[in-house]
Amino acid sequence: MQSYVHVILAGLSNGMFIWLVASGLTLIFGVLGVLNFAHGSFYMLGAYGSFTVLKYLGAGFWTGLLLGPLAVCAAGFVVERFFLRHVYRIALPYQLLLTFAFVLIFDNLVKIVWGGGALSPPSLSFLGGSIPILGRNFPVYNLFIIAVGPAVALLLWALLEKTWYGRIIRASSSDREMAASLGVRVPALFTGVFVFGTWLGALGGGLAVPYVGLLTPGMGEAIIIEAFIVAVIGGLGSLKGAFVGALVIGVMSAFGTRFFPSFDMFLTFILMGGVLLWRPQGLFGAAR
Amino acid sequence: MILEASNVDTFYGTSHILQEISLSVGEGEVVALLGRNGVGKTTTLRSIMGLSPPKRGSIRLRGKEIAGIPPYEVARLGVGYVPDDLRIFPDLTAEENLEIARRLSGRDGYWNRERVYELFPKLSDLASAKGINLSGGEKKMLGIGRALMANPSLILLDEPSEGLAPLVVANLVDVLGRIHGQGVTILLADQNLKFCRKVCGRGYILEKGAVRFGGGMEEIWGNEEVIRKYLVV
Repeated sequence: MQSYVHVILAGLSNGMFIWLVASGLTLIFGVLGVLNFAHGSFYMLGAYGSFTVLKYLGAGFWTGLLLGPLAVCAAGFVVERFFLRHVYRIALPYQLLLTFAFVLIFDNLVKIVWGGGALSPPSLSFLGGSIPILGRNFPVYNLFIIAVGPAVALLLWALLEKTWYGRIIRASSSDREMAASLGVRVPALFTGVFVFGTWLGALGGGLAVPYVGLLTPGMGEAIIIEAFIVAVIGGLGSLKGAFVGALVIGVMSAFGTRFFPSFDMFLTFILMGGVLLWRPQGLFGAAR
Repeated sequence: MILEASNVDTFYGTSHILQEISLSVGEGEVVALLGRNGVGKTTTLRSIMGLSPPKRGSIRLRGKEIAGIPPYEVARLGVGYVPDDLRIFPDLTAEENLEIARRLSGRDGYWNRERVYELFPKLSDLASAKGINLSGGEKKMLGIGRALMANPSLILLDEPSEGLAPLVVANLVDVLGRIHGQGVTILLADQNLKFCRKVCGRGYILEKGAVRFGGGMEEIWGNEEVIRKYLVV
């Protein structure tokens, strides 16, 4: 029993990381209709940005978490405003090619600026250590991550459902021409949504700094694959789906690692295949 | 003139849809664009709205050139648009659909939520219903109401009578009369000549993307040759 609870907790914290990345990915796809392969790069840049603030500027955890992802928003702005905007109306493969180009560009940029080797973040005094749960120690930071995930989900829900901007975003995502015909400056709105989605990915990266142990160029690729799986299982464009999908994948992956270590990723892909066969639109996606 | 379009050429890709279209709408007028399916009525409205920008020609709104400017700027200059498929936001309630138009326009005027509900009493019962759950007729009311909420000086109405039962068309004539009575200028595209005769003062007849005839509605109604050549299906 004790062992199961710890596996579930580990799965939840891992799932919440995937959710943080998948939330931005899903928001961008849901509103802009773009599958942003470079979203994992924003996660990576968020991690390196926060790391730099922590290590080289000597700032605290919260300052790193604030400044790192904020700096990455500038990269998101440039990507959307000067590149992605021009491929909204063309076929999905071109969008994927363009965003994949940015994966390579950002990976190389990280190698140039921070070097190709793995970086070890400074240890956290804040939220460090472990607390006993059912007789076994569990990292406090992982519990913090388990709390942050639902908080971000709540923030997104409130933003989209309860605010004026949320209404504008929902209207524009369902019909950008009609929204424009009523006076919405859709290109600017989309830039804002993309930058916000970028921030979510970079926030995941900033939060990953004390969690992942080592920072490496290309760390975004591993998580973007998991985030894509989560987004597909939940239903592309559905934030609720991405949240539930992240929980399921996180917990299942933790059980896989604990009990079937050789089949860890295999189980994840089996689940994705099963969901797609049963509901091609994903758990919460609208049928097309 | 509130609207003057001259020699407007609009393309969809390589297809030349509008060919040197020229038309004008005076302040407070109700003007019809008539013609069979596919003659360019919708494209004309979309070109004015900025949704299908013309490649050549001029469109002036109260003297200001608007050809090629983005739709949100055209909307902010006081042009309302009701597309033929209405395009009600499915995820928003009827009230949110109305409110979004009012807030985005930033204009106050005669039309507000109460006045729209007065015009379409059924909408007040549907205030909390999501757009996706509304019937075709309800969407039509909401589409017109949403355009009015922005207090536009000119409304572009695409196929307002399409798919409506004769009794509902009669009601629409009354509604458009009341809207016009508040000083709103209307340019509508429709195939229903009888309906246009009751609502409009003047009309333009389009064929193959060009204006073939323009005149008063009674003049068009009385011209059998024009009707047979350009309007009868």
